[in-house]
Amino acid sequence: MSDKSSDSPIWEVFIRSKNGLSHNHVGSVHATDKEMALQNARDVYTRRAEGTSIWVVLSSDIAASDPMNKDELFEPGSDKIYRHPTFYDIPDEVGHM
Amino acid sequence: MYTQALNDPANKIANVAEDDEEQYARFMARIDADEKIEPNDWMPDSYRKTLIRQISQHANSEIIGMLPEGNWNTRAPTLRRKATLLAKIQDEGGHGLYLYSAAETLGISREEMEHQLITGKARYSSIFNYPTLSWADIGTIGWLVDGAAIMNQIPLCRCSFGPYARAMVRVCKEESFHQRQGYEILLALCNGSDEQKEMAQDSINRWWWPSIMMFGPHDTDSTHSDQSMAWKIKRISNDDLRQKFIDATVPQAHFLGLEIPDPDMKYNEETGHWEFGEIDWDEFKQVLAGNGPCNRERLAARTQAFEDGKWVQEAALAHANKQAARAASKEAA
Repeated sequence: MSDKSSDSPIWEVFIRSKNGLSHNHVGSVHATDKEMALQNARDVYTRRAEGTSIWVVLSSDIAASDPMNKDELFEPGSDKIYRHPTFYDIPDEVGHM
Repeated sequence: MYTQALNDPANKIANVAEDDEEQYARFMARIDADEKIEPNDWMPDSYRKTLIRQISQHANSEIIGMLPEGNWNTRAPTLRRKATLLAKIQDEGGHGLYLYSAAETLGISREEMEHQLITGKARYSSIFNYPTLSWADIGTIGWLVDGAAIMNQIPLCRCSFGPYARAMVRVCKEESFHQRQGYEILLALCNGSDEQKEMAQDSINRWWWPSIMMFGPHDTDSTHSDQSMAWKIKRISNDDLRQKFIDATVPQAHFLGLEIPDPDMKYNEETGHWEFGEIDWDEFKQVLAGNGPCNRERLAARTQAFEDGKWVQEAALAHANKQAARAASKEAA
């Protein structure tokens, strides 16, 4: 194993592909600070006009849900069909609602 | 999220061992249902190791692959060709970085992968150990070598590991220009003087066999294939991909008016496939073992780039630490 101390930190890269859309995760870069992270992200992920804006976030600053908890986190959402508009019967005569 | 930082070892140890049948069964059920496996999901250790090996070697190939082409940067015949070549080489560097980034989500560091490359512990594609002797080689590399890479990478877009599959989608989108610009170089040469056409023929004579070796050993001799197919890391076998590549490229060679350097090459009307001669697997093994024409040169160039760039990395890190310390003391004051 090599000495890890000179490895610069990992930054996650998010790109807004078009005006009006939200930023999407595209990958990561190594950089020693924010400026370098933005520069590297530009060089690696936007060589063909893929973006109009870049966000970089230190990977270690991201909190993520545990895949083991997927059921308890997301299962309760799937059986509440009354949260969807199609659950409710409205007579056709009423028209679009 | 796709980070090394989140795959902390404590978490992995807490995971049930690979021989936990229930975990493994659940994992395989997801694979069979064509679900993607993401970095923080449970996966068997051998799946993780296989992916680290494959993705890092794929990344290494992109990085080493810049070297034979870089040989012609200053000698491209026109500014148009030079701009194209520079853009292509920059793409290869980018592809290497997408792939290193995908491998890092599995818990291996960039530095460790770099270390494995320059110490010879990790391999890269055998094809990049051949020299680029003429300008025509830049055309042939784009047409055949990138063409073979595309054949191999398209099914990888459906690979079961999410970050690898997503990196492949980006790579494939960009790779198409590489193949077209290569074929265009050969078209220009084949429509040129006799000398230029000879140069193109000489190039295909040298690159044809190494290119079809890129698909790896025959299915009957491929050690990792079965398991990789079951895990849906690999979707199409070596021999099937090779045949697909040959069927696509032979007519393209004929269009250029070039001969494929294989006296046994013939079209089978019944199967609709081109049948080819015996591949020299001894040459393949020799190149993989480090005895190809340029193995030493490639690793020496990579090692030198790594060593020469070290001070930049160190200076950037020192600068960042100093800036951070200064900001912290300002805040405290």
